[in-house]
Amino acid sequence: MDRFVLDVAHMLAGGLVLVSFMLLYQDRMFGLLNAFSLHAVVLSLSVAWQAYVQGAPHLYVTAAIALALKAIIIPLALHRLVVKLGIHRTIETVGGIGLTMLAGIGLVALSMVVMLRATAAADPLAREDLAFALAVVLLGLLMMVTRRNAVSQIIGFMSLENGLILAATGAKGMPLVVEISVAFSVLVAFIVIGVFLFRIRERFDTVDVQALDEFRGERR
Amino acid sequence: MSLELLRNLPFDNVTAVLVIPGVAALLLAALPGYRLTAFLNVAATLATLVAALTLLLVRPEPGPYLIVDDLNIVFVVLGTFVGFTTSAFSASYIGHEIEIGRLTPANLRFYHAMYQALMFAMNLALLANNIGLMWVAIELATLTTVLMVGIYRTHEALEAAWKYFILGSVGIALALFGTILVYMAARPVIGEGQDAMVWTALIARAKEFDARLLTVAFIFLMLGYGTKVGLAPVHAWLPDAHAEGPTPISAVLSGLLLNVALYALLRFKMLLAANPDAIAPGPLMATLGLVSLLFASFMLYRRRDIKRMFAYSSIEHMGIIVFAFGMGGPLANFAGLLHMTMHSLTKSAIFFTVGHIAQAKGTQKIAEIRGLTESHPVLGWSLVVGVAAIAGFPPLGIFMSEFLVVTSTFAREPLLAVLLVMGLLVAAGALVLRVTDMAFGEPTGKMGLVEASYLPIFAHLALVLASGIYLPGPLVAWFQNVARLLG
Repeated sequence: MDRFVLDVAHMLAGGLVLVSFMLLYQDRMFGLLNAFSLHAVVLSLSVAWQAYVQGAPHLYVTAAIALALKAIIIPLALHRLVVKLGIHRTIETVGGIGLTMLAGIGLVALSMVVMLRATAAADPLAREDLAFALAVVLLGLLMMVTRRNAVSQIIGFMSLENGLILAATGAKGMPLVVEISVAFSVLVAFIVIGVFLFRIRERFDTVDVQALDEFRGERR
Repeated sequence: MSLELLRNLPFDNVTAVLVIPGVAALLLAALPGYRLTAFLNVAATLATLVAALTLLLVRPEPGPYLIVDDLNIVFVVLGTFVGFTTSAFSASYIGHEIEIGRLTPANLRFYHAMYQALMFAMNLALLANNIGLMWVAIELATLTTVLMVGIYRTHEALEAAWKYFILGSVGIALALFGTILVYMAARPVIGEGQDAMVWTALIARAKEFDARLLTVAFIFLMLGYGTKVGLAPVHAWLPDAHAEGPTPISAVLSGLLLNVALYALLRFKMLLAANPDAIAPGPLMATLGLVSLLFASFMLYRRRDIKRMFAYSSIEHMGIIVFAFGMGGPLANFAGLLHMTMHSLTKSAIFFTVGHIAQAKGTQKIAEIRGLTESHPVLGWSLVVGVAAIAGFPPLGIFMSEFLVVTSTFAREPLLAVLLVMGLLVAAGALVLRVTDMAFGEPTGKMGLVEASYLPIFAHLALVLASGIYLPGPLVAWFQNVARLLG
């Protein structure tokens, strides 16, 4: 039984890392949104499994929030936004997909080395979860760096937050306050970003961050 | 007798420090009209300041969520004071912005509500006894300032807000990961649940925590909260956010928000220092601080925008402060605390002055501002005095704190002191160069008149001057006590 519990937890957390890689190579807007939905579904499964294993019913709430908000509502809203703005074209990436994937592999290796060494004393369920979570966080960061489009940066940021939730639920008995605040902060962050997107649209007729850069500080 | 009265209040003063700005935020979001809301904004910050001052007299017992101790009370009193003077400056600043139509009444309602929400978030972050709650409060403070930076909706303001939002959120996310790791380290020792995130419980038993986990946690916390402090590799949001938002927000960012993030960093530094096997946090902080100082001091030479220049000066001074705390020991910690206080007061006074100057001249470009001491004598000379203070000239307060930082470094690491002094001189040179251009010579450009509020500027500069000449004994004893606490 113990072995089985561990295996399922690893499979789900590892699945999250895999979907993070899928996010990295999506070059169409709708594909990216769908991949993000999948990311959120895997996260909510993983959280639900933790809730079952730890016997912590409040984690089911976190799983439900992740499923409803991040797998359904936010992708749908972004989908509508993308259609409305007419930006469902190819996403350009910085540095090419192959290089990005290689960097991603390096980051995953790095997080394994760091976390497994640092948490030698912790229980195995938590420590490998934490290593996967760090990998997801770093891949989210990588995605934010390599994308120019504002919508893809938002997706990168939300996948990063998914990694944080994985870490928070893996830490057994972590107070609920923090989990809800994480879910809440994502919501707030989304509203903020949404407002920004509309304002950006209002002013620039584009959500390409490159266009924003042209107005960069230091005017003469 | 008055103490008795305070003790018998139906709610304690800690709650008041949080409730007043919270209620004011809701009220100001609902009320129309510029004069009334600006007045209410000032009144609310004054009430918060009074409540914070009573914390000096009556200190409630630490609970599971809130705590008042020797360390955070310095930050709370300083923060509420600068919050109050900034709201007074903001009242006249906003009046002018409405006249020229840069802000609409709807914007204004939003602005005032956000100002109070920011005060609430910062006080909560400082008073929190729970590292999760502290994180939530700092996140809230970030979101409110992002919204205020973007309030003018110009190209530049939007870009600044977007950059600040992205960098700030990434920083905050890394800090959360660090917070989770601290909980993981504490859990085997303290046990599951609420207690393993309570600050007082953490510091009491930090010796028994897993050192390696704590080390990794600190790296994340330092990068995360360090982004909000504005340390060199992750500072990019700071100049834009300062330059493009309303000037009262620049003053609050430099005078308060950077300090709040610094406070979070100091708390975790104490935690690490209490565990003998974990990495020593001092050298890491000292390195980052020194790099920020050197980087910012050279960057000061190429600035063309007046607010952006002083934003770089904030990075420089946060570098000095983090360096001082990184060196550690009673003397360097004392110097760091003093420098932080002096920097908050001076830099917000400079931003008050710069705000009015930019309004009078209708521009923020340094090249178009000339001969201020002739065209606007009070503002011009205030700027000169403010810059003399921030550049570290005697007899003003910053000279003394910088002197303490340098001497305490010389006694222990002479080589680092050489770098430190070089950074200070380079920065002072840049500031003096730019300000002589702006303050003296033939006045050019627009000669607009503004209804400036000089009182906040004078109050801050007078405090800085007075503390440069004479520091009262009780204050010194208080700071020494906190410096010892910081280890």
